[in-house]
Amino acid sequence: MLRRIRVTLASVFFILITLLFLDFTGVLHHYLGWMAKIQFLPAVLALNFAVIAILAVLTVLFGRIYCSVICPLGVLQDVFGWMGKKAKKNRYTYSKANHWLRYTVLAVFAAALIFGIASLVALLAPYSAYGRIANNLFSPIYLWGNNVLAWFAERYDSYTFYHKDVLIKSAATFAVAAVTFVVLLVLAWRNGRTYCNNICPVGTVLGALSRISVFKVAIDKNKCVNCNLCVKNCKASCIDIKNHRIDYSRCVVCGDCISKCKKDAISYTVKRTPEVSPEKSGQNISEGGLQRRRFIATASVVAAGAAVAKAQDKLTDGGLEPIVPKQVLKRQTEIVPPGAMGLANLTSRCTGCQLCVSECPNNVLRPSSDLMTLMQPRSSYERGFCRPECTRCSEVCPTGAIKKITQAEKSSIQIGHAVWDAGLCLPMADGVHCGNCSRHCPTGAITMVDVDPDEENGPQFPVVDENICIGCGACEYVCPARPISAIYVEGHQQHKLI
Amino acid sequence: MKEDKISRRSFVKKAGLGSAILGATALSGGLISCKSKNDITENSPQGPIPTDKMTYRINPKTGEKVSLLGYGCMRIPSIDNTSTRDTDSAIDQQMWNKLVDYAIEHGVTYFDTSPAYCKGQSEKATGTALSRHSRNEYTIATKMSNFAPQTWSHEESVKMYRNSFKMLQVDYIDYYLLHSVGNGGFETFENRYLKNGMLDFLLEEREAGRIRNLGFSYHGDVKVFDYLLANHDKYRWDFVQIQMNYLDWKHANELNKRNQDAQYLYGELQKRGIPAVIMEPLLGGRLANVHEHVAKTLKQRKPQMSVASWAFRWVGSFPGVLTVLSGMTYMEHLQDNLRSFCPLDPVTDDDMEFLEETAQLLLKYPTIPCNDCQYCMPCPYGIDIPGNLLHFNKCINDGNMPASKQDPNYRKARKAFLVGYARKLAPERMADHCIGCRHCVIHCPQNIDIPAQLQRIDQYYEKLMKQEEL
Repeated sequence: MLRRIRVTLASVFFILITLLFLDFTGVLHHYLGWMAKIQFLPAVLALNFAVIAILAVLTVLFGRIYCSVICPLGVLQDVFGWMGKKAKKNRYTYSKANHWLRYTVLAVFAAALIFGIASLVALLAPYSAYGRIANNLFSPIYLWGNNVLAWFAERYDSYTFYHKDVLIKSAATFAVAAVTFVVLLVLAWRNGRTYCNNICPVGTVLGALSRISVFKVAIDKNKCVNCNLCVKNCKASCIDIKNHRIDYSRCVVCGDCISKCKKDAISYTVKRTPEVSPEKSGQNISEGGLQRRRFIATASVVAAGAAVAKAQDKLTDGGLEPIVPKQVLKRQTEIVPPGAMGLANLTSRCTGCQLCVSECPNNVLRPSSDLMTLMQPRSSYERGFCRPECTRCSEVCPTGAIKKITQAEKSSIQIGHAVWDAGLCLPMADGVHCGNCSRHCPTGAITMVDVDPDEENGPQFPVVDENICIGCGACEYVCPARPISAIYVEGHQQHKLI
Repeated sequence: MKEDKISRRSFVKKAGLGSAILGATALSGGLISCKSKNDITENSPQGPIPTDKMTYRINPKTGEKVSLLGYGCMRIPSIDNTSTRDTDSAIDQQMWNKLVDYAIEHGVTYFDTSPAYCKGQSEKATGTALSRHSRNEYTIATKMSNFAPQTWSHEESVKMYRNSFKMLQVDYIDYYLLHSVGNGGFETFENRYLKNGMLDFLLEEREAGRIRNLGFSYHGDVKVFDYLLANHDKYRWDFVQIQMNYLDWKHANELNKRNQDAQYLYGELQKRGIPAVIMEPLLGGRLANVHEHVAKTLKQRKPQMSVASWAFRWVGSFPGVLTVLSGMTYMEHLQDNLRSFCPLDPVTDDDMEFLEETAQLLLKYPTIPCNDCQYCMPCPYGIDIPGNLLHFNKCINDGNMPASKQDPNYRKARKAFLVGYARKLAPERMADHCIGCRHCVIHCPQNIDIPAQLQRIDQYYEKLMKQEEL
C-alpha cells in the first residue's frame, strides 16, 4: 500500500516537473511553477521559510518522503534502480552508513555556498542536476517530437504546433548533464540510492531530520525469519537484519521492503523509541559574505578586421544573401536578466537548474561556461533580445536568484547599457543610412546624429543616453554589423531602477 | 448505403480515367440516390486538357502563330520542390524538361527567359530543355538585363548578349528585349542602352537576322516608355512587354503614383499597331490568391473555374495581345492555365464590368502590391523581402489581420500571424533587420517603398508580440 501510494505520487510529481522543463510555450509554468519552488535547496536559497518549515515538518513526521516523491533526481534514480532490478532480482545488500563522507560533502557544500563557489553548488544540488538533465537531454527529444508535429501541422495549414530550434546552449553544461546522467544510471542501476545517501547534501540534511521521524518503517522481531528479502530489495542499503534495525537517516520510505516481506514483519508505524538525539541541520546559510571576485575577461570586442556586412551590387534576381552569424561577445561585465538584481545576487543564489534557460523564449539566456559560475544563466543577444513584454525567467526561478518582476518594472530596470563602436558602425564605415538601433530602442535612449552636420539627409550615427538605456539588447540584436554588432550591451554589476 | 458506395466508386473511377465517354455507361435505376452526376461536364477540372485547342495569335511581322499562353521561365522548379529563386538548391532539370515537354505538347510556343532569372540559371536550364525539341516548335524570348552597372559597358553588354545564344543553344533569338526599361528612371535607361550604343547594336543584330523581333519590357518611369514609342519610326518595335491585368487596367496609378494604368500603355501600343506581350497577368499570384470574400464572388459567378482563370480570360480577350506570360513552377499550375487558353473563352462585356467591380473590391484590402518577382533580391543585409511582404498579404487575405484587440478572432489571428511568420522566415531575415539602405527600391518594378513596408510589418509584429492595441 505504502509503495503504491509512493509510486503514484512520485510519478505525478516527476512527470509534471519534467513537463515544466520541457514546455516552451510559457503556459505550463503558470500551473506548475510551484513544483520547482517547493524543492528544498531552492527554497533555502530563496529564504522561503514557509516551504522549509513544511518540508522539515513533513520529514519529521513521515521520514524522507521528500526524497522519494518530490525530488525529481531521486525519482529518476528509482527509475534506473527499477530497471536494474528487472535485469537482476534481489540485487542489493546492507552496508554501513558512510557518515564521514556524507558530512564532509555537506560541509564542503555549505562552504561553497558561503564563499560563492557557484559551480560547485550547482554541481551538487540535486534538483538542479535533474534540471540540467531535463534541459539538455530530455528537452531536445521533446522538441524533435514537437518539430515532427509542427512539420505535419504546417502541411495541414494548422497553427497548433510550431517549430522550435533545438539548441545546445553550452557544451560544458551539456557535458555535465550527460556525465551526471551516466554516473547516476550506473550507480542507481547497481546499488540504488548511493548518490542520495553518500553525496547529496539535501539527503544528508533530511536524513538527520528523519532519524527522529514519527512514522517509521519498523521490523517486528517476532515475525521476522531473517530471510533477507527486505535487505536484498532495499535500495537505500539501510536494513541491518542481524540487529533488526533500520538506519532512518538513509531510509527514503519507499515501502519496497514492506511489500516484499512475506511474513508481514515490516510495517510503517509510529515507533516510540527514538534512537538518536536530534542533530542540528546544516541549513542556516547566511546571505552575507557571498561576494566574490569576478574573473574579468578582457573584451576583445574591437577586433581588428572584423567583417562588416557590405552591400554588393546585385547581378541577378532572387536568392538570399548568406548571413554571417553573430559572434558571442566577451563582455567586460556579464549581463544577467532583470530580476536578478545584479551579478552578486544571482551568483550566490542560483543552483544552475536551467529552468530559466528552458523558459527563455528569445534564446537570450544560456548557461555560463565560466568555471566559477558554470551553468548559471547569462544573457547575450545574438539570437534575440530581452523582449520588453517577457518576464518568464523571473516567474519560474525557484531560488530567488531571479526575483519576480512585472512588465512595468521590467521596463525600468537597468541591467546594462549600450556602447557604440564607431569603427564597426555602417554609417561611419560605409556611409550608408541605417538607424536600426534607434528605431528599435524600446526606451528611446538612442538618438541619431548627422555624421557631417553640413550634409543634408546624410548618414547618421547613434548616440546612447546611458541614463535611460535599460540594456535589453534590441539595438545589438538588430544591428547589421556582423559578426560583431557595432552597438552592444555591457552588463552592470548591480541593476538599478531608472 | 451500399448503392451509394458503388456509385461513388464508379464515379471516382471514371473521373480518374478522365474519360467522359465512360459516363454514358448504363447504370441501374437504383443508383438515382447518388448525388454525383456520372457525366464529367465540359468545364470540369477532371477532364483531359486537349492538345489541339490552344488559342493562337498571329505575329503581324513574321506571320507566325504564337500561343496565347506563354511560358515565363523565372520560377523554374528546384529539386526541393519550390521555385529555384526561393532556395539555394539546384534546378530540377528533369521536372523542368517534363514541364516544357508538356507545354509544347499542348501547343505552347513562346518561352520567356532572361540572363538574370533564377539567380542566372534560367537560360541554361531552359536551353537544355528546349534544345530537345525541333527549333521550329518553339520561339524564345530573352533579354538584355540592367541590374548591375558593371555590366553596362558596351563590351560587357555584348558579352551578355552572346552568352544568351550559347546558353540557349540557338543561332537566332526570336524575341529580344531591353529588360525592364523605366526602372531607375530615364538616366538609367540612357546609360544602359543609349550612351553605350547598345540599342544601335541590337538594331543591327536585327538587320542581320540574329534577332527576329526586337522589343522592350517596361516598368516604372513612363518617360522612357513614351520616349521609345515616340521614336517608333526609328526603332520599329516588333513587340512591347507590359504589365496588364484587370486591377492595373484602371488602378495602377491609384495604387502607386509612379505607375501607369495599363489602359494607357495598351492604348499607346494599339495606336501604333504594336503587339503587346503581357507580363504579370496574375500580379505574381495576387489575382489567384485573393481575399476569401473576393474569391467567393468569383466562384459564385463561375463555380467550376479557378480564381486565376478570370485574370487570364480577361487579358486574353484583348485582340492586341500577342501572348500572356505566366511563370509556372508546378505541373498543376501549367494544367490549370492551359485550361484557360485551350481554347480561350473570351469574357463578355458583363464579365468586364464584373471584373472592374472585383478590382475595386480588391483595392479595399490593404495588401502590398508585391508580385514576388524577386528583382529586389538578394538584399545585401539578408532580408527575405518578398517573404516578408507575402506573409503580410497572406494574413490579410486569410482574414488573419485583426484591426483591434477586441476583434473576436484576435487570439487565433495573432497566432496565425506569428507562427506563420516564424515558419516562413529565419529570425535574421525578418523585417526588423531592415536598415533602410534603400538598395532594393530602385529594383522594384512595382515601385513599392520596400523599407517603409518592412517597417510597417515590423511595427505590426511588435504590437502583436507585446499584445498592445493595434
